[in-house]
Amino acid sequence: MSELFELSAAETAASIAAGHASAVEVAQAHLDRISDVDSDVRAFLHVDPEGALTAARAVDERRRAGEPLGPLAGVPLAMKDVVVTKGLPTTSGSKILQGWIPPYDATVTRRVREAGIVMLGKTNMDEFAMGSSTENSAYQVTRNPWDLSRVPGGSSGGSSAAVAAFEAPLSIGTDTGGSIRQPAAVTGIVGHKPTYGAVSRYGLIAFSSSLDQAGPFGRTVEDTALLHQVLAGHDPLDSTSIPQAGPDVVTAAREGARADLSGIRVGIVTELTGAGGGYQEGVLASFRNAVAILRSLGAEVVEVSCPHFDYALAAYYLIAPSEASSNLARFDSVRYGLRVGDDGSHSLEEVMSLTREQGFGAEVKRRIMIGTYALSSGYYDAYYGQAQKVRTLIAADFTRAFEQADVLVSPTSPFVAFGVGERVADPMAMYVNDLCTLPASLAGTPAISVPCGLSDETGPALPVGLQIMAPAMADDRCYRVGAAFEAAYIAAHGHILKGMPRLGSVGAGADGAAR
Amino acid sequence: MPDDRSTLTRDEVAHLARLARLAVTEDELDLFAGQLDVILGAVARIGDVAAADIEPTSHAVPLQNVLRPDGVAPSLPRDAVLAGAPSVEDDRFRVPQILGEEE
Amino acid sequence: MTTQTAGVSAYDEVLTRYQPVFGLETHVELGTASKMFCGCSTEFGAEPNSHTCPVCLGMPGALPVMNAAAIEYTIKIGLALNCTIASWCRFARKNYFYPDMPKNYQISQYDEPICGEGHLDVEVNGQTVRIGIERVHMEEDTGKNTHVGGATGRIHGADYSLVDFNRAGIPLVEIVTKPVPGTGAMAPEVARAYVAELRDILRTLGVSDVKMEQGSLRCDVNTSLTPAGSSEWGTRTETKNVNSLRSVERAMRSEIIRQAGILDAGGRIKQETRHFQETTGQTRSGRSKEEATDYRYFPEPDLVPVAPAADWVSQIRASLPELPAARRNRLRSELGLSAEELQSLVNAGAVDAFADTVAAGAPAAEARNWWLGYLSQLANAREVEVSALAITPAQVAKVIELVGTGTLSTALGRQVVDGVLDTGAGVEQVIAERGLAVVSDTSALTEAADAAIAANPDIAEKVRGGKLPAVGVLVGSVMKATRGQADAATVKAILLERLGVSG
Repeated sequence: MSELFELSAAETAASIAAGHASAVEVAQAHLDRISDVDSDVRAFLHVDPEGALTAARAVDERRRAGEPLGPLAGVPLAMKDVVVTKGLPTTSGSKILQGWIPPYDATVTRRVREAGIVMLGKTNMDEFAMGSSTENSAYQVTRNPWDLSRVPGGSSGGSSAAVAAFEAPLSIGTDTGGSIRQPAAVTGIVGHKPTYGAVSRYGLIAFSSSLDQAGPFGRTVEDTALLHQVLAGHDPLDSTSIPQAGPDVVTAAREGARADLSGIRVGIVTELTGAGGGYQEGVLASFRNAVAILRSLGAEVVEVSCPHFDYALAAYYLIAPSEASSNLARFDSVRYGLRVGDDGSHSLEEVMSLTREQGFGAEVKRRIMIGTYALSSGYYDAYYGQAQKVRTLIAADFTRAFEQADVLVSPTSPFVAFGVGERVADPMAMYVNDLCTLPASLAGTPAISVPCGLSDETGPALPVGLQIMAPAMADDRCYRVGAAFEAAYIAAHGHILKGMPRLGSVGAGADGAAR
Repeated sequence: MPDDRSTLTRDEVAHLARLARLAVTEDELDLFAGQLDVILGAVARIGDVAAADIEPTSHAVPLQNVLRPDGVAPSLPRDAVLAGAPSVEDDRFRVPQILGEEE
Repeated sequence: MTTQTAGVSAYDEVLTRYQPVFGLETHVELGTASKMFCGCSTEFGAEPNSHTCPVCLGMPGALPVMNAAAIEYTIKIGLALNCTIASWCRFARKNYFYPDMPKNYQISQYDEPICGEGHLDVEVNGQTVRIGIERVHMEEDTGKNTHVGGATGRIHGADYSLVDFNRAGIPLVEIVTKPVPGTGAMAPEVARAYVAELRDILRTLGVSDVKMEQGSLRCDVNTSLTPAGSSEWGTRTETKNVNSLRSVERAMRSEIIRQAGILDAGGRIKQETRHFQETTGQTRSGRSKEEATDYRYFPEPDLVPVAPAADWVSQIRASLPELPAARRNRLRSELGLSAEELQSLVNAGAVDAFADTVAAGAPAAEARNWWLGYLSQLANAREVEVSALAITPAQVAKVIELVGTGTLSTALGRQVVDGVLDTGAGVEQVIAERGLAVVSDTSALTEAADAAIAANPDIAEKVRGGKLPAVGVLVGSVMKATRGQADAATVKAILLERLGVSG
């Protein structure tokens, strides 16, 4: 039998429900795995063994008492540190929140706890979710389990690395411009950005309110769907939460894994095929192979044009910093967090400025200033206002494209994982990581990243992700097509994580996950 | 409309930093002036899109009238309110001398 | 500051050379049970920071959800001010740093207020002045700073400050007038009358407790002067911190005189924020800001648009109570009051008290006399509004009834009123406890009358000699002896009888 930490979430839950393993054993196995490998991977900012074992014991007791257990009861999870957790440190990767213990739970946290999911701890991230490599964390650099000299993507790099390194079968990330999909792609796992409004934002430390959306990571499409189902649902505490029930993504994933794709129209977005250069050839090759697999599954592949996607990067890097400049104003040293310079010689204004200067990292400060500039009177119409109009045009491009195709596909990122330190000095070089993921962020539409191949173009074989995009509230299409693709890929090549170099002292790799 | 190549001066960066309450250092002023300039140059192409008669999208989901009934819910226990504060006196948040105007 | 204490004549003299133009921005705290965006209580006077939660403290991750009653109240206000109600509007973030504002942005409305143009008519000195309403919009209140150290308890010179966020997030409505030109020397009175009328409307609508002393109604007064004969308005100043009706009038008056002094000396008015100081009656310059404020408004992404449905607005319109102006007109005709009589009740802020007293059975003339007479004196002495006295119209009506039936004299009636105010007890209870009923035991009165005659032989002789008015002295003596508990007419009759004079 495989090690407990190698099982998928679905297998783990089944094993606990059947009494083959206790939730405490499962939690302990993952805590041991974290002890074994996290000194290399550095995915976690905070591990909570006591809390995890307490939650696991509660699941075991409920099982013994014959109470019904949810589909993920007892399954461990790693939580991105941007999600507020009562009683557990929450920093959003920033020094300005060092030591803050929230007095309340995010709705996402509450749902996770209520599902009997065992939270192992909080994962590293780019400060306030600003970045694509997790190098902007104020605390540590998380490494890609595929190659410890490389980044795990970002901003949810701690969550992607934890799942890829078998430190947790599930994790939660947030995606503002690609921060779930891109790290999933570069670590060889599945990550889904739900329809904006499907998952409550209450208790997510806001980066860009009109774009932020929390979502699941897993090693399989089914696991990812199971966690999605726990997270999604209307929340009266979030005014932008969609009141209608979302689609049944678990059924979609399970049916998708067994079915072909005949009758499904798959659209390739011309603007996201690297025609103008800038995409790695290895990425494009994997993408072409993925399209061939989709076609072999019976999908009708068409090409669609979304001309305004070319402006997504510009629109995003105006809207997100603008909203961030306002959202981050609350970090002012008055009610919580860091305070610098309160020695009797500085006014409040000076203390606020010194605190923010020392509490925020360079990327956060850059974006605050860009946003402050874009919202200034005299620039608003040309920058923020114009970006919102482009947002309308991008959404209209999607609407037209979805008249011709049921889902749209593209590479998730133009690049495979890059080396630590490679891009930090050049903000624009970092920003282009998000080229393919930004349109769905701006339109509020769902998109999933599913592993679709390996590229050794930059050295060792590294995973490439396939992005599958669907219309708003049709997240089930992402899971259905994703699961069908995953099944075909595994049938041909085995689970992609099998190709990952061995980490730690125990366990061989991804046997359990490679069903 | 912004120029295709907006040039952001050191003074403008200093002004933005003041508005945003960031006590940036002299070295940072130079660094940021260069970097912000490059970023603004890249995003300035947003102005190329003909969008005069296009409605701006402020919300991705077309919802309206999301209201809650006027009911009192429990507040946080005061210990929890003040627990994270850098400085507290008389159950209030203590802040250094305020130089600005009374609002 | 160069302005000296200027008399009324200086003010009138200034107004021969300048025309004031004014505008008012009034902030009203709505009387909802819970805050604008969270469920915390709005109750006044709670322990510091005890009515706070992640939302109104601006904690990381917390999100606002709009209070439906706040929207409804604001629409009521808009309808009462004859405003158009927007069919669709959004909230915006107003970004600026201030320690009493938890998020360092205020959720407000910018270019899409929920209520558009309207008007309110006010009467001053028999003239009706129409005040244009520019907009009515919603926002959230800030917390409260207490400045510690320094001499004055003011922000300048304080060593540090303490912040209480109980008030943060209480729904606030801002009512902005259009500029009001052409009211001449009456401008300060018109401004005051506008605020008073607005306050009465808000109270009638039941949307706010409008207690200026608790800050639930606050005014900013914009004032500018136009030289006579010029058509171009002058530079305006904005005077903040104007928190009573009297202060509205005083602040504008002093600002008019101050500005005229500068203009007379050939100076220019600086566009600035000024602060009204109750103690001096003057305005003082706010410290000028190093750079112009740039609020960087943008649509609040955490809230969705509000689109009041037409039938909802119609329903609210249909449910509006009778507004003060209509009520006054009705009372005038129903109770036969003259315009002047009504105006004096309005000025005293006693219209409702008066009407309710009449409704409780008192004759209109008596009710008016009590509210404008003794009760107004008491209110003035206590420096409160007459309507704020701790006596109900029903209690006043009861006193009037007892005086009417002779159970109480007028003097005794006043003592009963004093008793009710002092103890909070009811009329009957005060009468019983203080033994205030009129003495109607004639033998006791006859005894007292004889004693008074015996003590004042000269006066008694005068009365016997036909100087009947002199009997008043004896009446007074008897009343004193009976501690006012006798009916004066009865005492007089007994005295005349004992003196053998027919009355």
